[in-house]
Amino acid sequence: MENERLEFFRRMVRIRRFESHAEACHGKGEIPGSLHTATGQEAEIVGSCMALRTDDYMVGNHRSHGHPIAKGAATNPLMAELFGRRTGVCGGKGGSMHLSDFSVGSLGETSIVGSGVPVAVGAALGANLQGSDRVSLCFFGDGATNEGAFHEGMNLASIWNLPVIFLCENNLYGVSTPASEVISVKDIAERGAAYSMKSEIVDGQDVEAVFNVVSAAVERARSGKGPTLVEAKTYRFAEHAANMGRVLLDRGTELDEWLQRDPIELYRAKLLGDGIKSEELAEIEAEVEQEILDSLEFARSSAYPDQAEAFTDVFTEPLSLPGWLAQ
Amino acid sequence: MAQVSFLEAIRQAQFEELSRDTNVFLMGEDVRCNVFGTTTGFVEAFGERRVRDTPISEAGFVGAAAGASMVGMRPIVDLTIATFVYPAMDQICSIIAKSRYLYGGQATLPLVLRTCMFYGNSNAAQHSDRPYPMFMGMPGLKIIVPSNPADMKGLLKSAIRDDNPVLSFEDGTLWSSKSEVPDDDDFLIPLGTADIKREGTDVSVIAVGGSVPLALDAAESLSKEGVSVEVVDPRTLVPLDTATILASVAKTGRALTVDPAHQSCSVASEISATIVEHAFDSLKAPVIRVTTPDTHLPFSPPIERPLYPSAERIVAAVRKVMN
Repeated sequence: MENERLEFFRRMVRIRRFESHAEACHGKGEIPGSLHTATGQEAEIVGSCMALRTDDYMVGNHRSHGHPIAKGAATNPLMAELFGRRTGVCGGKGGSMHLSDFSVGSLGETSIVGSGVPVAVGAALGANLQGSDRVSLCFFGDGATNEGAFHEGMNLASIWNLPVIFLCENNLYGVSTPASEVISVKDIAERGAAYSMKSEIVDGQDVEAVFNVVSAAVERARSGKGPTLVEAKTYRFAEHAANMGRVLLDRGTELDEWLQRDPIELYRAKLLGDGIKSEELAEIEAEVEQEILDSLEFARSSAYPDQAEAFTDVFTEPLSLPGWLAQ
Repeated sequence: MAQVSFLEAIRQAQFEELSRDTNVFLMGEDVRCNVFGTTTGFVEAFGERRVRDTPISEAGFVGAAAGASMVGMRPIVDLTIATFVYPAMDQICSIIAKSRYLYGGQATLPLVLRTCMFYGNSNAAQHSDRPYPMFMGMPGLKIIVPSNPADMKGLLKSAIRDDNPVLSFEDGTLWSSKSEVPDDDDFLIPLGTADIKREGTDVSVIAVGGSVPLALDAAESLSKEGVSVEVVDPRTLVPLDTATILASVAKTGRALTVDPAHQSCSVASEISATIVEHAFDSLKAPVIRVTTPDTHLPFSPPIERPLYPSAERIVAAVRKVMN
């Protein structure tokens, strides 16, 4: 158990350091495109993913640097992907919003809100048809629960009794719009009732609480008892996207209050209270920091893809370059 | 070989591929009850797990097909009517077409989305679309539009065995047509190969789907006037066999493109542009498109029917390019 607890801590720190370095590099122009960080949400990400086996499936969203990390992905290919390099986990074709590592069961980080829900349901259907006991974990935000794809996916999982864990990361805002203004129920977990689905609410800042709730949902799914909707109450400390140069919404004291509930600091206090030595945690943090610095070096020293790679992976067969580009 | 109908060809292709590979399964609205006759005997043969009725929930089950394909299954999705793809557009365009690319080749999506184009039969604008051209502008999707039962069977079997997403647009005007269809379990027509349906020397008529038999009728009647028409059927729109089309035009020097889709950005338009760009020096006359004009399809039969390509319109257009 102690090893597992230290691993919770390590993966949360790994996500935090990965994203803070990425944000700095993005600010300097080293990382192109847009970058959405999940700082403040690390506990629900790690607690959920660590309740899975490596061969279980997971579907993320546009704010999903942390999800493959929590599922066990190596950080070098993830960082190189952010830099658009050919050594990136997606060969430089996906970038920040599609940081998917299939080797750890991450089946796609999809940047159209809610669109990953039917995909996760389909992965569970596939597992079911193959007679496997794999389960499928689907992450989505509060905003996604107003999308039709969410409701269609919930209904399918329910009528077909599929092994899916629907993990709603309720961070209270869709970009700048408060969830409370645009969602018809007080708790998103209530939406499970519409699909006869067991629902749970969990403190998303408490990694062990999330792990326990999701582990129970995984057990239900794996034993053929069907899907569960888990609502993790959490908070995004940063703006919707990094380095936008402006504050979209003044969150005032609310932000300050949530900053007091930093999941890493809460867990540090808990571990120290349980007798873990602070040196041990400091050592983990130093190791993770070095690992991320190494990943930055790996990314920076990697080549960009060849132009021809813009034409591979459209189909399983490569397309030919147009003559004007081939020269 | 036996004479079989277009719908029976679909049934045979699906039955044979379900029998051949246990990863293949079929789902869609009312597939168990066999609405159109393409699943006769399937539940008895394969069971309700592999012949799966879905709720009326296109985004849900099309997306679920994507997810199932990403973990090793080979779903065939029967979307019934072609316009029912629209509720699933996000799943088709953002997930199915793009997942392999976005994830740098980590994902493989061997799935087939089947739809019937249910036009020319007073079903009004919301049930009468021929929407394949819009998907030609979305890389990552292969597209078949067969024009007879043999092609339907051979192309659909290839589509099911292909490791990429394939959209099968099945022309409802051909449902009752019959042709000789090989009963070989491995009868496959490779995707991306056009077929010369009739050889000729004076004009190339490149026709799509239900326009092909109309072009053949037109060619037969024009032969009595001494005009020799070559009818080229692309069969697959993605990949498109431009080499066969251009070779035909190089031989005849005249071209018509015939397509039941609306004219703007139609297959007829795309092929016409390709001919003008790559075979201009062979052309003795401008390329003419015979398509459906850019209006909606009305319910009332006398004003719906004249809007589509017909043998008469093809004959008139051929005469124009011959003069």
